[in-house]
Amino acid sequence: MADKITLGYTHLSGCTGCTVALADNYAGLLTLLDRYVDLKYMPTLADARHVQKVDVSFIEGSVCINDKLAVQELKETREKSTIVVALGACACYGNITRFCRGGQQNQPAHEAFLPVNELIKIDVFIPGCAPTPQLIRNVAVMAYLLLKGTKDQKDLATAYLKPLMALPVQGTACGASTACFCDLMTNVIDQGLCMGCGSCASACPVNAITHEYGKPQGERDLCIKCGACYNQCPRSWYSFDVVDNYEAINEAIMAALQ
Amino acid sequence: MGAELGKYKSCVSARSTDKEILKHAQDGGIVTSLFGFALDEGIIDGAIVAATKEFAHKHPEKAMRDNSNMEFNEPWRPIPCVVTTKADMLAAAGTKYNLSPNVSLIKEATRSFGLDKVGIVGTPCQMQAIRKLQLYPVGARDVGASIALALGIFCMENFPYQSILQLVEDHAAMKMDAVKKMEIGKGKFWVYGKRGQVVQLPLKVTHKYEQPGCHVCLDYVANLGDISTGSVGSPDGWSTVFVRSKIGDSVWAKAMAAGVFETQPIEKVKPGLELVSKLANEKITKNKATVEARKTFGVGKGLRIPYI
Repeated sequence: MADKITLGYTHLSGCTGCTVALADNYAGLLTLLDRYVDLKYMPTLADARHVQKVDVSFIEGSVCINDKLAVQELKETREKSTIVVALGACACYGNITRFCRGGQQNQPAHEAFLPVNELIKIDVFIPGCAPTPQLIRNVAVMAYLLLKGTKDQKDLATAYLKPLMALPVQGTACGASTACFCDLMTNVIDQGLCMGCGSCASACPVNAITHEYGKPQGERDLCIKCGACYNQCPRSWYSFDVVDNYEAINEAIMAALQ
Repeated sequence: MGAELGKYKSCVSARSTDKEILKHAQDGGIVTSLFGFALDEGIIDGAIVAATKEFAHKHPEKAMRDNSNMEFNEPWRPIPCVVTTKADMLAAAGTKYNLSPNVSLIKEATRSFGLDKVGIVGTPCQMQAIRKLQLYPVGARDVGASIALALGIFCMENFPYQSILQLVEDHAAMKMDAVKKMEIGKGKFWVYGKRGQVVQLPLKVTHKYEQPGCHVCLDYVANLGDISTGSVGSPDGWSTVFVRSKIGDSVWAKAMAAGVFETQPIEKVKPGLELVSKLANEKITKNKATVEARKTFGVGKGLRIPYI
């Protein structure tokens, strides 16, 4: 189909959980590939594995700065893509790879890992460990509408993607784009914005958040620095333009995948 | 009357036709009856509600335990619980007026509780959390589509548990254990004792105990619930009900057809929608000013604003 967007998938230091999450859209993924997206390259799910010129590229995993090939692939991804999406918490924030100290076979000297936006400009974050199939799906549909849609669809996609596009530039509480429970503490709780809804505790993939009389308390030794709590919180970032129209947007996304 | 009431398909004054529910309910028993009906009809397999210690003692496996509530011994402390029967639902009826992080169970409800169709009741901010979670599911894999019925309750502000303790035991001079019901209405905070005594506090007294996070909230009538309800606008013992989404519309129509509620046109009751509208506008105007004031909170420096 002529008006498909082209997509690439660069796989750096990630556990393939993000790939699995993408694939876990099941029939939805096939519909995406049938109608909207031409998958140009991707280790695991496509034959072509090397970076090519594409409209949108997803990057899974953080980048090992001791690995020349990884750094080169990352740079090449930026040069050859119009929009670069950091997919998953490792690419966005470093996540669990922050705790790596090297010493693993067969490359014991590969010890230092950075979120990809410390080396290249990233346009969109899809946080989460693993990112959910539904968020990947929503962003994919919105990216398509942004590039190929009518004016109304472009406006909707712009509004939807705006907060996810702000994440790579806004920085985090602990600096150097490290997400953690601190973001919630610093930017929500300490700012007097928390109202005790419970979203953070539900979002945490490692159950590191409990509540003290209705307010979240993080077990920081358990925190893997994925950023899910902060980004799920309705008081971290919230767009009335988008969320007030949840019903129509959900319906539009489902209709696009029918 | 306009945007302050949110989008809605219909609005009525209603109360449950189930006398047993009305005995335990805060007002018209809308939430308890709707969830009970939705359970019977298979619209939901269970619901996340704010229960109390009595329920949690009986069913600890259904209750959320957290670091500050391992023993479940505080009266009037809401405990988020996943309930799966009508009897459970009845045990959780009534408003508790302090924080119940119900959304914290939304993922677990679909996991260890094994629910495919989840009901949840919450304040306007919790409805916002639910809708953000459906549109931007960062940490909620396969949860959004499982939310089968989200019921919103009107909310001017909420209180920390210790605030309620202070209001009841200090200002109203009543033991928490001796309280039968709490209520905010007619410009007062009411505490009803089990022995029949009634204490009323002017809201002027309660303001300083409000949760600060509520003061940036721009939603009074739970604009994002499938159905929203609250006492304001309807006569005593009745509730005002906004039917908002397609899901809400379908569930409400089925419940009406099954005789779950009796209703009156909202235009015919006193004080009616005008009061709802007035209070909504008061809240929104006041809190918009608070949001605005955050920008210049310091000297050349402000506080964060979450809205984009």
